[in-house]
Amino acid sequence: MASAELMDYDKALELFEPVLGFEVHVELNTKTKMFCGCANEFGSGANTNTCPTCLGLPGGLPQVNKKAIESSIRLGLALGCEIAEHSRFARKNYFYPDTAKNFQTSQYDDPICHDGSITIELESGRLVTVEIERAHMEDDAGKLTHMGGATGRIQGADYSLVDYNRGGVPLVEIVTQMIEGAEHDAPEIGKTYVAAIREIAKGLGVSNARMEEGNVRCDANVSLRPRGSNVLGTRTETKNVNSLRSVERAVRYEIQRQAAVLHAGGTITQETRHWHEDTGRTSAGRPKSDADDYRYFPEPDLLPMAPSREWVEELRLTLPEPPAARRKRLQAAWGFVNLEFQDVVNSDLLDAVEATVAAGASAQAARKWWTGEIARLANVAGVAADTLVTPVQLAALIELVEAGTLTDRLARQVLEGVIAGEGTPTQVVDSRGLAVVSDDGPLVAAIDAALLGQPDVLAKIRDGKVQAAGAVIGAVMKAMRGQADAARVRELVLERAATIE
Amino acid sequence: MTYLTKLSAAALSDLLISREVSAVEATRAHLEHITAVDTDLHAFLHVAGDAALATAAQIDARRAAGEELNPLAGVPIAIKDVLATQDMPTTAGSKILEGWIPPYDATVVARLRAAGLVPLGKTNMDEFAMGSSTEHSAYGITRNPWDRDRIPGGSGGGSAAAVASFQAPLALGSDTGGSIRQPAAVTGSVGVKPTYGGVSRYGAIALASSLDQVGPVSRTVYDAALLHDVIGGHDPLDSTSLTERWPSMAAAAAAGLQDDALRGVRVGVIKELSGDGFQAGVTQRFNETLALLVAAGAEITEVSAPNFEYAVAAYYLILPAEASSNLARFDSVRFGIRVNPESGSLTSEHVMSATREAGFGAEVKRRIILGTYALSAGYYDAYYGSAQKVRTLIQRDFAAAFSQVDVLVSPSAPTTAFKFGEKLADPMAMYINDVTTIPANLAGVPGMSIPIGLAPEDGLPVGLQIMAPAKADARLYTVGAAIEQLLEASWGHTMLSQAPALTPTEMFASEEGAV
Ligand SMILES: [Zn+2]
Repeated sequence: MASAELMDYDKALELFEPVLGFEVHVELNTKTKMFCGCANEFGSGANTNTCPTCLGLPGGLPQVNKKAIESSIRLGLALGCEIAEHSRFARKNYFYPDTAKNFQTSQYDDPICHDGSITIELESGRLVTVEIERAHMEDDAGKLTHMGGATGRIQGADYSLVDYNRGGVPLVEIVTQMIEGAEHDAPEIGKTYVAAIREIAKGLGVSNARMEEGNVRCDANVSLRPRGSNVLGTRTETKNVNSLRSVERAVRYEIQRQAAVLHAGGTITQETRHWHEDTGRTSAGRPKSDADDYRYFPEPDLLPMAPSREWVEELRLTLPEPPAARRKRLQAAWGFVNLEFQDVVNSDLLDAVEATVAAGASAQAARKWWTGEIARLANVAGVAADTLVTPVQLAALIELVEAGTLTDRLARQVLEGVIAGEGTPTQVVDSRGLAVVSDDGPLVAAIDAALLGQPDVLAKIRDGKVQAAGAVIGAVMKAMRGQADAARVRELVLERAATIE
Repeated sequence: MTYLTKLSAAALSDLLISREVSAVEATRAHLEHITAVDTDLHAFLHVAGDAALATAAQIDARRAAGEELNPLAGVPIAIKDVLATQDMPTTAGSKILEGWIPPYDATVVARLRAAGLVPLGKTNMDEFAMGSSTEHSAYGITRNPWDRDRIPGGSGGGSAAAVASFQAPLALGSDTGGSIRQPAAVTGSVGVKPTYGGVSRYGAIALASSLDQVGPVSRTVYDAALLHDVIGGHDPLDSTSLTERWPSMAAAAAAGLQDDALRGVRVGVIKELSGDGFQAGVTQRFNETLALLVAAGAEITEVSAPNFEYAVAAYYLILPAEASSNLARFDSVRFGIRVNPESGSLTSEHVMSATREAGFGAEVKRRIILGTYALSAGYYDAYYGSAQKVRTLIQRDFAAAFSQVDVLVSPSAPTTAFKFGEKLADPMAMYINDVTTIPANLAGVPGMSIPIGLAPEDGLPVGLQIMAPAKADARLYTVGAAIEQLLEASWGHTMLSQAPALTPTEMFASEEGAV
């Protein structure tokens, strides 16, 4: 990156203190949309999940989805928020073709959840408490596809298509207070905070929480304050940063970019910025100011809400163990070192490993398979690892390995069979004839042949140089086409070397 | 068959039930009358003759098969063009919706159809219901059947004129600040704005969501009640719809026809809705009606509603504010007309802007601008916020008044029908015309207008407005029907029977030239 554009990160931190803020949109996985009966479904034909209300047709009126309110309250409770006794929707007025009504039904001065906090743990072990200002409900916009341009962006496009299937899908927008004191950890705080929100939403079951499908979207606010000053710098808002790694990169980039601008005597423009995954840069978007006037007013088509305290307490009882506590508990129970555990968490495989252990597998074996072979295959196929096999299937496979029925190499072939839909691991073993040969007869013959074929090696083994056995083991495994247990082969090699004529 | 058009809905219903008359005959009679008179009056924007006859034939078949039908089955009805109809264009009187046929029916329309009423067509209105004269329709004026040089009221001038000119016994209207009651008053018909939330707004093109209410238009109080019973009641698609179980309005109206129905009824006369600014003949007929009430045993008291003074001002902040947001969806993207800008690039902003420029009339633009301003940051508290406070004060005035009386009365409008163009140049003069009807909308209480005679100075209809506490719509029907009966007994006829005969339009006269 050109140094004129970006200041060295450490130098930027020496001169400036970064101040952060995040707005995370969590798409709820309710069956129907926020304000109408249309299906909340990803991947349907364009504009098929629509009605007069979510298409903004004249005469359409909203009806609140109670399940969405329930999910929002549970999310708020998990974020340690107060649940407002009185809450109402408000119209946020602005014209844009993806917004069917040309206003978003959102919340303004009476959000459903407010004043919460979550504590996140960085890799260094540093604990950071992020204060949540509010979590409010709103409806999502439709999806625009810009046609004819080279980049798929609106600039240069000939025309745009709009799909309102997503229009009206329930969102919860979680807004943090200003995060000060982040220092060098600023990018990691961004990443870890968004990961925590995603994990909480997923744990509650209120969202599918797949960032790649846009279920969790992050806007990152960054400003820099010169060291020794107590005046806040001008902030930028980088929109739609949609992977954890991108959150980290975008925050780092903005710190370096703003530092370079400020150091050169320039000023930061208050604006939204677009994150470019490919180049790892942000570019200027729409100028934004605090005077942006959305002409909010209370939504007259909906009644104010007053969630009863009893209901809120009932919902509080449904909250699962907080993710951070759960992680601590699982790591202790499984006996993983930090690196092993982080590997599982970062690969989003905590649930999968837990379920596999519950199905009878050892924690280490479950970890090894999920983060190893299965993750590799998932990566090749471009899908999530936990969509390839079920924890029960994997536990059965691990059992076959531990019983000595399969070698690791054979087990990988069985796994492929399971993924290909050939049945349970046992069925694949049977149908592909992949079981380890347990009758020692053919194995002994192969070992004898190998030992006699390499008399110098035989001599070394007999002299007590046990490590020389490796060469023979290799030859035996080759002769057996891998269908032998390496440990058993080694045992037999040493045995035969002592007795062979 | 023209006598069929003179019948009340209830009388027509009797003939239909006894099968002395078929729904097809009744429908055809009305369609013929529309053909005869509406080229001149222009109450209808769209007449669905074939569909109406087909619907009527179905009703006749069902009745012949012995099916139990709603009393109004087979009775023709006109529908204000603000209501979505999936088989007829729905324009709300605006060019921006020219030719738009919704993919769905408004809940009230669906209920009409389910009850077997026969939709004749869609009636003219001020664009997006903004106006008190129907002069703001993008499709031309509607004439008052009593005087073709005068306005039929607004915004629902089309529905009122259709009913008053016997083109339909019933019609649907919508009332945001008087759009049902004021046209009823100036055309000598009956109009009811139900309690806010009493009738579903789903499918009614929104003007001001917190004020709009759909209601019946008719020639008799009992007919309005029959229609109210069909369209009213909870609708899950309208979140502001009340969940009460409502009493039968028809039964309430029938109760008003009993002897002594008015004895002991406490009637409050609103001090602030009288005097200066009220036409002499309007005041005279109003006072005569009060005298009749006293004679019938009602107790008349004067009550004060001091905050009504601010009602028009508050209304003209709340309405434009909500309307500016409700009308934002008219952007050419999903429905309605699309107009490309004459110059500049074809961005969505430019196309939206050009479409709205060409598609909205001057009054609509005026109110969108007013409302946008009133909601702007820095002005919100002073305008929209203050207006909402006035609204609360007006609700308190009503509560205080209804603690003393059963119903409140006032003239429905300060004047009789004015002439075309008289108030067009002066929006304030037009707005102030709604002074009598606006408070009920701000408070959400029900109101009814019934005819009480002709003003001596111009021979034009005068209306009495009756208001009741929220959810006490039935009380309006009892009191309204009783007063209507008293008045008709004193006149010896209904009021609309005195309306001038309408001459059938000479088809093609203008093309033939004045030879
Ligand atoms: Zn929908």
